[in-house]
Amino acid sequence: MERLTKPILLAACLAVLPAGASPALAQSKELLLFNWSNYMPPDLLKRFEAETGIKVTLDTYDSNETMLAKLQAGGAGYDVVVPTGPTVQVMVRDGLLMKIDASTMSNFKNVRAPFDKPTFDPERAYTVPYMWGSTGIAYDTAKVPGVKLEESWKELFEPRQPFVGQIGMLKDENEVLGAAAYYLGYDYCFEKPEEGQKVLELLEKQKPAVKVYNSEGTVDRVGGGDVAMELMWNGSFHRAHKKLATVAFIYPREGLALWGDNLAIPKGAKNVENAKLFLNWMMEPKNAAEATNFLGYNNAIKGSEQYLDASLRDDPAVNTPEEDQARFRPMRDCPKTSIDLKDKIWTRLLR
Amino acid sequence: MSNVRQRAGLLTPAMAVIGVLLVLPLCLMAFVSTLERGPDGGVIWSRHTLDPYVQFLFERDLMDRLVLNTDYLQIFARSIGLATTTAVLTLVIAFPIALWMAFQPPQRRTFLLFVVTVPFWTNLLVRNYAWILLLRNGGVFDRLAQSTGLTHEPLNVLYSPLATGIGLVYSFLPFMILPIYVSLEKLDRRLIEAAFDLGANRWHALTRIILPLSMPGIVGGLILVFVPCLGAFVTPALLGGGKSLMIGSLIQQQFGQSRNWPFGAALAFVLLALIVFALVLHALRYRRLAGRLT
Amino acid sequence: MTRAGDLWRFPGTRAAAFAVLAYLYLPIIVLVVLSFNASDSSLARWEGFSTHWYAVAAADGNMVHSIEISLTVACIATSIGTVVATLAALATARTRFRGRIAVEAFLALPLVIPDIVAAIAILLFFVMVGIQLGLLSLILAHTVFTIPIAYLPIRARLEGLDPALAEAAADLYATPWQSLRRIILPLIWPGILSGAMLAFIGSLGDVVVSYFISGPGSTTLPVYVFSMVRMGVTPTVNAVSTLLIAASASLLTLSYLLGRRFN
Repeated sequence: MERLTKPILLAACLAVLPAGASPALAQSKELLLFNWSNYMPPDLLKRFEAETGIKVTLDTYDSNETMLAKLQAGGAGYDVVVPTGPTVQVMVRDGLLMKIDASTMSNFKNVRAPFDKPTFDPERAYTVPYMWGSTGIAYDTAKVPGVKLEESWKELFEPRQPFVGQIGMLKDENEVLGAAAYYLGYDYCFEKPEEGQKVLELLEKQKPAVKVYNSEGTVDRVGGGDVAMELMWNGSFHRAHKKLATVAFIYPREGLALWGDNLAIPKGAKNVENAKLFLNWMMEPKNAAEATNFLGYNNAIKGSEQYLDASLRDDPAVNTPEEDQARFRPMRDCPKTSIDLKDKIWTRLLR
Repeated sequence: MSNVRQRAGLLTPAMAVIGVLLVLPLCLMAFVSTLERGPDGGVIWSRHTLDPYVQFLFERDLMDRLVLNTDYLQIFARSIGLATTTAVLTLVIAFPIALWMAFQPPQRRTFLLFVVTVPFWTNLLVRNYAWILLLRNGGVFDRLAQSTGLTHEPLNVLYSPLATGIGLVYSFLPFMILPIYVSLEKLDRRLIEAAFDLGANRWHALTRIILPLSMPGIVGGLILVFVPCLGAFVTPALLGGGKSLMIGSLIQQQFGQSRNWPFGAALAFVLLALIVFALVLHALRYRRLAGRLT
Repeated sequence: MTRAGDLWRFPGTRAAAFAVLAYLYLPIIVLVVLSFNASDSSLARWEGFSTHWYAVAAADGNMVHSIEISLTVACIATSIGTVVATLAALATARTRFRGRIAVEAFLALPLVIPDIVAAIAILLFFVMVGIQLGLLSLILAHTVFTIPIAYLPIRARLEGLDPALAEAAADLYATPWQSLRRIILPLIWPGILSGAMLAFIGSLGDVVVSYFISGPGSTTLPVYVFSMVRMGVTPTVNAVSTLLIAASASLLTLSYLLGRRFN
């Protein structure tokens, strides 16, 4: 038995060896992309394939959390993933991402500040910026004719009468509790139980005025008039605005979440060189602009403005005015005590 | 003896598939539920704790004392309540059509089997979206009710427990219809003829012949509806408005945003224990009942 | 006798059945109609007729591939699962033996474990023993979950079948195989068919297990669709669902017509 297996093993090793010894040579012309569906324009990917001869295979996930859980449990083999800022921090800590030193890539010079030095990856050692957005308040101005709403979270958490029972909320503990924390003047990663108590009280008081907690279908909810106020991503707002002209977007003065999605290469990727090529390619102004035009979210690439659709360039919800940009609070990963506290509050709110 | 061996032979494939591909992994998960959680999700494989099970019932107050926390119990109770209601409603709705199908000519019966299951070749999300469009204010039902003068107020069905019920019953209907149908289909119609000839009324024919005959199907259907319904989270979130958590989403959350895999696993095993307990209790009572009858 | 049997004795059954069929098909009609909606979302009101989304679906290579994966996995897993479940049902139905409750609880286990826990457990296990994630792993995992779904209707069918039939066959010197093939299988055929169909829609609809157990290049349709939530689900999904229904309906009609012809 032993005599038989040894030569076979040896032969197998020999067969595998060339592939292992010279990865550049063995690398096939393919790129395995792990992303949300429709989060990159299909035509853009086709152009990438045509220009480079690299075939893109897309596999999909529905949230940062499920992507993370799958990679943590050992699901692997993808060449590029698209984590949001806080998830990048976790993935770096867990050693799930490959160090790529994006700042040495030829197109990195196109990256606009502050996206070249984000808090979650200050040296851009692991990631390249993709889309970014913020989470503010959308509301239907037709419900309150002649009234201008305050630029405050108060409008959402302690709504005026016309909005009572007409509010939609994202079903995401970080977004909801984060916004509530900003309103109460706490840190996004609040850890004190008494602060948690106040947040819970605020949300429990708001709950009867909420019609639905759900992150899906916000565009149609707002655009179709099913809700009159919504905790909403700015890119979704842009699309809802196209359906219903009377909706407006608020950047609350207490601060609002700024999130940035990134392209990164997970460890264990098979086609590293292709992946790097892709990351660099996505930092071309024209390519970034095409993504923005398709998605309605802004990108972090200088020089992409000239390729943008006018409707996006002129939408203050997408192209944030200078003075409102100061209100952005970059989302970040919270310590465990804060996560546990938020989790407890969220469960109690929806028990 | 050969009977025993034959039975073992027949059972081996199923037991082997489930044993290797599910029970072994679950043993791993049971182990996970006794581990300390990793700081960023996952687990620390070398450190044990029973905290996840303690956390189901207790929380630590500010003075670090354990106090009773009923949040999770409430979520469990609501989910069980919802699953029970759904299972019962599904049974009530499924029974007549299963009976009707069983009385159709043989060719048409097979056809109907397909007719009942084909809607579920569609995607769960867009199916639920279709219900949203039907149920929302200004949607088909709302307009119908208003134009017929049934009501002048908006119906406000969407984002209510009623909407959840409509959606859940819908999703599980074939899983009740088909088992009942197959157990009724073998019904010898002469039996009913004879019963009627002997002066039985409808009620007697139903309760004495048809119901007992369909019992295996009903039990099978109830299991197929009740148990998966406990874990359902898409429909309650989309149609019910997501104002209250269900077991399914609670557990999902532990592997996602909460990054607490051991607790997620522990919740699943508590659920498993509850269901197995209920099944065994049911089986024992059933056996005693059967024992008394024979 | 053949026409509607003795249903006249149970008035209202027919009406109730048609009401249920309406319930089953009402959202499907909405879904199909919306596949022709010009709007960019499958949650939007009617914005005009368009076949745009069918073109988009056809051009979306990733989606087409995911449909292929879904159908392949569902067909194979259903076939294996149904055969295995039939064997198991033959063993457990109509008899009593020590440990039967335990056996049945064991067989029902895949239903009882919440998806996500089973999914991550199986993923951890596959990674541990070194099973490559892909089509094969998907089929294996799906097979597990089709077993109890197929098992319950088949067992319900077997339960209450006259055991004398098999005994009579044995008396006539039929081998167990002959008695199975000639007597038992035809008798329980409706149960097998029902079980297989339920297992099929169960497999075709699964999201969570498929998500975790798939590897690069083996994303299934439901996973692909759920991953659209970030940007909104487009009517492409309605178009694809419509096509799937149309395909199954034409197959069904064909077999119905052929069957009638040959009978």
